This record gives sequence, C-alpha cells and structure tokens, in this order.
Amino acid sequence: MIRDITIGQYYPVESPIHRLDPRVKILASMLFIISLFLVKDFFQYIPALLFVSVTVRVSKVPLSYILKGLKPILVILIFAFVINIFLTRGEVIFTLGPLNVTKEGIYQAFFMMLRLILLITGTSLLTLTTSPILLTDGLESLLNPFKRIGLPAHELSMMMTIALRFIPTLLQETDKIMKAQMARGADFESGNLINRAKSLIPLLVPLFISAFRRADELAMAMEARCYRGGENRTRLKVLRYTKGDLVAGIFLIGYIGMIVGARFYL
Amino acid sequence: MIKINNLTYRYRTTEYDALAIQSMNLEIARGEFVAIIGHNGSGKSTLAKLINGILLPTEGKIFVAGHDTGDPETIWEIRKTAGMVFQNPDNQIVATVVEEDVAFGPENLGIPSGEIRKRVDSALEQVHMWEHRLKPPHLLSGGQKQRVAIAGILAMEPECIIFDEPTAMLDPIGRKEVMETVETLNRVKGITVVYITHFMEEAMRADRIVVLEQGRVILDGRPREVFSDVERLQDMGLDVPQVTLMAHGLRKAGYPLSEDILHVEDMVEALWQLL
Repeated sequence: MIRDITIGQYYPVESPIHRLDPRVKILASMLFIISLFLVKDFFQYIPALLFVSVTVRVSKVPLSYILKGLKPILVILIFAFVINIFLTRGEVIFTLGPLNVTKEGIYQAFFMMLRLILLITGTSLLTLTTSPILLTDGLESLLNPFKRIGLPAHELSMMMTIALRFIPTLLQETDKIMKAQMARGADFESGNLINRAKSLIPLLVPLFISAFRRADELAMAMEARCYRGGENRTRLKVLRYTKGDLVAGIFLIGYIGMIVGARFYL
Repeated sequence: MIKINNLTYRYRTTEYDALAIQSMNLEIARGEFVAIIGHNGSGKSTLAKLINGILLPTEGKIFVAGHDTGDPETIWEIRKTAGMVFQNPDNQIVATVVEEDVAFGPENLGIPSGEIRKRVDSALEQVHMWEHRLKPPHLLSGGQKQRVAIAGILAMEPECIIFDEPTAMLDPIGRKEVMETVETLNRVKGITVVYITHFMEEAMRADRIVVLEQGRVILDGRPREVFSDVERLQDMGLDVPQVTLMAHGLRKAGYPLSEDILHVEDMVEALWQLL
C-alpha cells in the first residue's frame, strides 16, 4: 500500500511541453496561478480553460490521468462547495432548517470549484511533464539571483535532490521493518485511532534511527567525493533556452494579455 | 603513493575511549593492489577514513601522493587522488539518476560540462553500467549500485581507490561483479587499490595482504606468505580459505604439498600429480 504513493508523479512521454526549459514551466505555473485569481466572473474563465486544454493536449498526458490526480482533493472540493452554497448572503431561494441557500451562493460555489479544478490541473502539469532533477535544477537556477540577499539556492535544491533520492529507499525500508514487526505479531491495522497511532511507534523509531545513520554516511561519502557546497561547482547538464521556450513564452504572454484584458477592459 | 608514519588514532566519545590505530607504519606503492584484513574492531575502516582525510591522525602523519592529510590546503587534492568506495551502496549515491550521480564528483571539482560528459560515459563503460545510465538507482541490484559508486569515483580520475568492505552487503553475484571490476581497474588501468575486506577469498587476489589486529600491523606480505601461517591466522579468529586449509591439513598428515597453493586449480594440479 505504501508503494502506491507517487511523489512528483512524472509522466514520461516525449512532448513539446516535456522538452521546455524547466524555468519556463515554473514561471508559467506561477503566472497561471496569479491569473486565476484575477478572474472575476465565469466569462473570464474562457481563456484559462483554453490555456489548460491546449497545454494538456500538447503535453500528451492523458486527461483521465490528470483527473485521477483530483481524487485526493475531492474532499476539499466538496467542502468548499458546501460552505459556499450555504454561507453566502443574498437572495434566498429556499431554506434548509437554519441554513439558507442563496442564488449568490450557488453561483459562488460553482465559481470557486472551477477555480480550484483549474488551479490543480494547471499546476499538476508542471510536475507531470518535468522530471524531478530538471525541476530542482530549474528552481536552483531561478533562485540564483536571490543568493545575494542570503538565500541558500544551491543548498535548497541539493536537499530536494537528496530527499527525492531517498524517498524510495526509505519506503522500501519501511516496508521491510513493517514486515519484520508483523512477523513478530505486531498489528498495524486494527484497533481505534489511538491504538493504531501507538502501534506505529515500533515502526517509526527504527526508521528514524536508520535515516540518521544514512544521513551521516551520505555526508561522509559526499565529502569524500569533494563536495564543498555550491561554490565553483559545474553541472553535467546545463539549462539552455531553445526556440520552443520562445514559442511557449509568446503563448503565455498572449494568455496573460487575454486574462488582463477581459478583467479590466471588458 | 601512500605513506603512513607512526600513525596513532584515538576514538573518544563520552562513553567510549579506545586506540583504534597504534603507532602504525605502512607504505603502499603506486600500482599496488593491497588487501587489508582483520576482524571487527581491528581498525581497518578507521585506517581507510584516515587515508582519505575524513578523520585526522591523533599522532603521526599520512602522506597521499606527497600531500599531508592534515593540511587543509591540500585535502581536496587528496580526496581527488585517493577516492573512496564505502560499504553501503545506498548511502553513497546522491542523485536520482545513475549518470547524474556519476557526474557528482567531477561537478564538485568544477570540470566543464563537456568534459564531465566524456568522463561519465567512460566511467560507466568501464564498470559495464552504461546501458543503465538513465535508471533511478533504487531499481538496481546491490552489485550494480556498488559499480555505480565505483564509476562515481572513477569519473574523478583518481590514482588510487580505497575500498571499505565494498562487498559486505552484497549477494555472491554482486560480490563477484564488484571484485572483477576492482581487479580490472588495478591490472588494466594501473590504479592503486587499497581493498579492505573480511572475505579471505577476495584478499587472496591481491598482490599483498596486510593483517591488522587491535590497530597494529601483525602480518604483511604476499598472499602465500600470509596464508602459510595457518595456525596464527586461526588464532586471530580469521577465516582461512578452504584450499589453504586443506593443503595445510594434508601437509600435516605427511603429504608433500607445496606452500604455494592458494587457488582451487593449483590444488587440483598438485593433487593430481601426487596421485
């Protein structure tokens, strides 16, 4: 069950979106999020819907795969929907006990739901189309200018890389410890919440001890390989903007223009 | 290549205080393949870390290619010259893709990216892992991971590699793969190898064996010299290879077998002639 968790959930296919420079994709995601909050009525969602559907189509990631990603946040979606329906003031349509359902409430509920769905599908495209290494490389490169004000850009991306490297290793280890404890009669599945939380202690303690030992050994191995921080470090793969990035940039500017235009001039 | 002068190292924590290495003198020549054996607590891993400058001597000095490991100015030069492969392959792989991990060392040295590419490809080819270059490390077997770790050191183009029990956590197949890689590096590329192990079968393949006990060198010589003293090795709690043990037993029983027998083939030959 533990191995089903896919972090980063990169979807490896060849597509123009996959080939884009990670920096362009990170910036595009950020601009897309901002743009969604500029939208004030349904009509203005049209450019955002167009933007997402075009990118999804070009990225060759199946739509069903992206929609599956919505499952874990279904609870939040429903919660937001219900809250909006009942707690928005305005023209009352009908009453349910102490709660009033208003016309504005229904409008607001659908409006917010659409925003959340667009937000998640749009941003999940970033991790779906960018491998974790490129993502950390892109992030490091984007954060580089902030080094001058003391932001540890290289260290942050190194930490992300190591975390990603060790997630599968630690999951395998968790699995192993769980089986070892179960073989000796440990029970992780029955009992109430408190009992179940308690039964996790014999799992977490060895896991943490081993993680610390691994960290210690890894630090030693890194030093033995001449690691001394980001100073004077070169990279195997250097990020370079290509023609595709230019096209994506123009497309993005066009989209932002439409959103801003619809918001302020229509 | 490596020169150890009057080296002493003391491990000291709040509840623990012990001399791990006691006034040791040792010299390892360029191109040599030296196996270091000894049971747990004999100081063999400590010695490896001292040579790489991860630990600093309490007393005495270590010189690697003429550089003092105690000198902070040259420590990176030493680590580049004398690379180190550790026991647990999982805990020395940094990146999420094989080739990125092999590039980690050269990246730290500030080598231009075109040159890194060449070094990574050639290092991966030498350990026969090139076809796996785009895989995530957790999908590889233990022996493959250890070979990736070796490639990561090779890409730094060292003159000497220190192996700290590289096969201790591997299955027999992985052990064979790693051992063959190490031998090729020494015989073909002329890389000096310091190979710490507790498998006698592996130690026998070296040019020279150094036996440590309680932080001291107690035996030092060619494999046949070291293994001729079967009783002494057994007294120290070390395993003696089966072939050596059998030859020793037969000699004791009065059969005229030579002291040179270290490998199964030699034994077969000798027995056949006896019959």
